[in-house]
Amino acid sequence: MYDIEAIYEAKSVAHAVELLVQHPEAKIIAGGSDVLIEIRDGKLAGCTLVSIQKLDELRGVKMDGDGTLRILPVTSFTHITRDPLIQKYFNVLGEAVDEVGGPQVRNIGTIGGNTCNGVTSADSGSTLVAWDAVMEMTGPDGVRRLPIREFYVKAGKVALRPAELLTAILIPKESYENCHGHYIKYAMRNAMDIATLGCSVNVRLSADKKTVERMRVAYGVAGPVPARAPSAEAEANGRPVSLETVEAAGKAALSDVNPRTSWRASKELRLQLVEELTKRAFARAIELAGGKL
Amino acid sequence: MKQMQLVRCTINGKERETMVDARASLTDMLRNDYRLTSVKKGCEVGECGACNVIIDGECFNSCIYLAVWADGKNIRTLESLLGPNGELSDIQQAFIDEAAVQCGFCTPGFLMTAVEILETGKEYTRDELRKLLAGHLCRCTGYENILNAVEKTMKKRLAESARVGAMNQ
Repeated sequence: MYDIEAIYEAKSVAHAVELLVQHPEAKIIAGGSDVLIEIRDGKLAGCTLVSIQKLDELRGVKMDGDGTLRILPVTSFTHITRDPLIQKYFNVLGEAVDEVGGPQVRNIGTIGGNTCNGVTSADSGSTLVAWDAVMEMTGPDGVRRLPIREFYVKAGKVALRPAELLTAILIPKESYENCHGHYIKYAMRNAMDIATLGCSVNVRLSADKKTVERMRVAYGVAGPVPARAPSAEAEANGRPVSLETVEAAGKAALSDVNPRTSWRASKELRLQLVEELTKRAFARAIELAGGKL
Repeated sequence: MKQMQLVRCTINGKERETMVDARASLTDMLRNDYRLTSVKKGCEVGECGACNVIIDGECFNSCIYLAVWADGKNIRTLESLLGPNGELSDIQQAFIDEAAVQCGFCTPGFLMTAVEILETGKEYTRDELRKLLAGHLCRCTGYENILNAVEKTMKKRLAESARVGAMNQ
């Protein structure tokens, strides 16, 4: 039995907003793999919940008319990984969320919850930041969009306003077209573990596969929220596909990150991981894009 | 405040309904209202897999699944594996044969994940099985015997369906 004051089951997105307006103190619950654990832990004990678990309209992955990939937030990690559109256009996201927890956790945990909890170690976070995701939120004043970099405010805090909920994660066509990415999660165990560091790199190569047209890299646990490494990207963009470019990007990344020492790992280990994982993920992304090192 | 809600669902092939406290987990409902005590209370935070059940074909840790969400769902627990006269299923027998059971507390959870794996009808490598079974903790066996039991049953079922397929050609 959970210490819950009251739970309201939303019947539609509009109903969810209505419930959130009526119960301003309420917390949104989707899958529950964070919220229920925090209730059990005492941190959220006695809370009021608005559940969006039964909102099938917020499940699945779709393609908008303009080619924008629309990822609905209550989609479970398992369903992200198995989705044909994700596999075709954004495979690295499916691979990244396949590293979350274990199979049962991936069946209940949702991509929206993974971002809305504002946690830096979220396995989807770095990849969504590296692909310039746009967060679509719905609230009493209607729908608004925000780049994911502005969505993450600080550790544990995202830009959702009162009575607002995330209703889609959008990946514009320009962002995924001809783009290949790779995510590396470094953790102490192969399952049921939280990333010591997560690194997601994606590249778009020139037609002859000799030049890096665009490289984007983001990390989880290298700072309070998932964040990009502009210096590493600057070292890579427009440069030849070569081991030197990969090396230079890995080194440059160090000037962009600010990991801390925690009980999981020291700052020094995390810095070493930033450089090493950037190189490895970059090299693998080049390979996936058809380039040769 | 006590909030009661009607939950209608299919449990082990039978349609059931009962009033449930909105604060209850699915583990609470299955154990207390339906006496399905194969569903174990282990960590109760979704880490150990002892409370694992199949909902609409996918495995869930019922401890971090609210009972009210089960409305309209098809739920299967270990009890559904028994034959009409209490016979064990092949995967249960394999756990016994391979000494994959010691204290037995993790076994029902492992078995339901094994059922989900076996019902895909796919052949998995040892490494893939390891990943698919990674949501369960066992403090007795060291996992090898559990992997052996699942792998052997998988191979046996695949060989059997290949044999039947060949006979029908």
